[in-house]
Amino acid sequence: MSFNYQDIRKDFPILDQKVNKHQWVYFDNAATAQRPVQVIEKIREFSVKTNSNIHRGTHFHAIKTTEAYENARDIVRDFIHAGERKEIIFTHGTTESINLVARSFCEKYLSEGDEILVTEMEHHANIVPWQMACERHGATLKYVPFDDKGELQSDLLSLLITDRTKLFAVTHVANTLGTINPIRELIRVAHSRNVPVLVDGAQSVPHITIDVQDLDCDFFVFSGHKIYGPTGIGILYGKRKWLDAMPPFLGGGEMIDRVTFEKTTYNELPHKFEAGTPHYVGAIALGTAIQYVLQVGLDPIASYEHHLLNYATEKMKALGDMQIFGESPQKTGVICFQLGQIHPFDLGTLLDQLGIAVRTGRLCADPVMDHFGISAMTRASFAFYNTIEEIDSFIAALTRIRTMF
Amino acid sequence: MTIEEVQQSIIADFSIYEDWMDKYTYLIELGNELEPIDPSYKVDQNLIRGCQSRVWLQQRLEGDHIIFEAESDALIVKGLVALLLKVFSNRTPQEILDSEPYFIDEIGLKQHLSPTRSNGLMAMVKQIKLYALAYKQISLQKK
Repeated sequence: MSFNYQDIRKDFPILDQKVNKHQWVYFDNAATAQRPVQVIEKIREFSVKTNSNIHRGTHFHAIKTTEAYENARDIVRDFIHAGERKEIIFTHGTTESINLVARSFCEKYLSEGDEILVTEMEHHANIVPWQMACERHGATLKYVPFDDKGELQSDLLSLLITDRTKLFAVTHVANTLGTINPIRELIRVAHSRNVPVLVDGAQSVPHITIDVQDLDCDFFVFSGHKIYGPTGIGILYGKRKWLDAMPPFLGGGEMIDRVTFEKTTYNELPHKFEAGTPHYVGAIALGTAIQYVLQVGLDPIASYEHHLLNYATEKMKALGDMQIFGESPQKTGVICFQLGQIHPFDLGTLLDQLGIAVRTGRLCADPVMDHFGISAMTRASFAFYNTIEEIDSFIAALTRIRTMF
Repeated sequence: MTIEEVQQSIIADFSIYEDWMDKYTYLIELGNELEPIDPSYKVDQNLIRGCQSRVWLQQRLEGDHIIFEAESDALIVKGLVALLLKVFSNRTPQEILDSEPYFIDEIGLKQHLSPTRSNGLMAMVKQIKLYALAYKQISLQKK
């Protein structure tokens, strides 16, 4: 493995600390990732050196900040290989991006008796906004189930699509199962029936190269804080034809062309969907985070994380009495598991005492919990700054904790 | 023992453990020893929902004392539940209303009563107090 993780870790100073007197092991990257110094410095630069509101002034720093913000938009466009910069909308995160489409797209295209299709492995962010839209418009929400291995039952997709289906929303990578869905193929099937597709890329973007034109998805969403950027910033990519046709989401400054009390006209893309002062520092820092990731290289990152996943999975299974939820051959570094009869809350609490951070609970995926008939799970999720040594500590901790029950 | 005496004895019991893992081992033991509640009581109306673990709380009045029974699906929480029952069960409403479970802080496990939605423990304490308040009001009205 030519990947130099020791140098990488130096870029993430937060990792060098003790928690509860133990070296901190951060295995909750699917919840949020840590930031490299380059991103931290960029955020600092836009408080210490340059800061002015964007698109709203002609003075020196206003121009400089605006250029940095619009440059970040170009970085994102290039990163996911979108056709035009107008197709890149800055939002506050994946959840807001999905809500934007659920509100705006559905306002125009969803009527009584229509259907929205999602899957059983979605995060609540890719279920609830659609549910709310269906309630508003008298439509029905349906879902494609997954099997006990954690793989989507893709062959059911064409059966579940009807002539009333107006959109299919699907996660690229499931935050619980780690399953990488065959979205290119799913999109092809949906398109053959004239159904547009929204892809939730929150869990995929930090690990997999995305090419929205190649995928031909109609919408693609992701969050900055999961790809080593700050919180409060996210992306909505939408094909020009949809974004042009969709009415605005939030109203206010920036998204207007001309306002009178009789009538207001709206701005063109992308500003139509960027009401108010955006988190421009966040957007600029997101650009830096993406550049950092590209410099490390998504291929080496994916390969290394795969190595961590395989190692961890093998060691965990060797412990015995271990149930792993999600065993698709195509996975990212996410392992949800149950050790013996130990409740995830107990396990997470005790791992924390040993300095190891995992996620426990329902993971914002009630349908996944219901599928397996359980109340909660424990999840370990890796990033490219995690190490084999950390996994060894984790296994030792699990071994020790098991003796307490 | 009064509520105060029970809390002090719990604090004393825990003080012999310096290592965190030993404290948790002891809590898990307490959790294991707690009598399971009648399955008929593990119903939604007795459920104090938390995102991380579930707590069921059952209560009844005997004379002027409230008897609580409770259970959780997480063992550490069950251990804390066992301690809360030692403190609050079989007490008059006024005794309950006059007391706070400060022992949790003293034994160093305050994070388990934090107001995040992470477990049902804080909600359980609140519910116990609400029952006490309700019974107190009922008895006042009867007079």
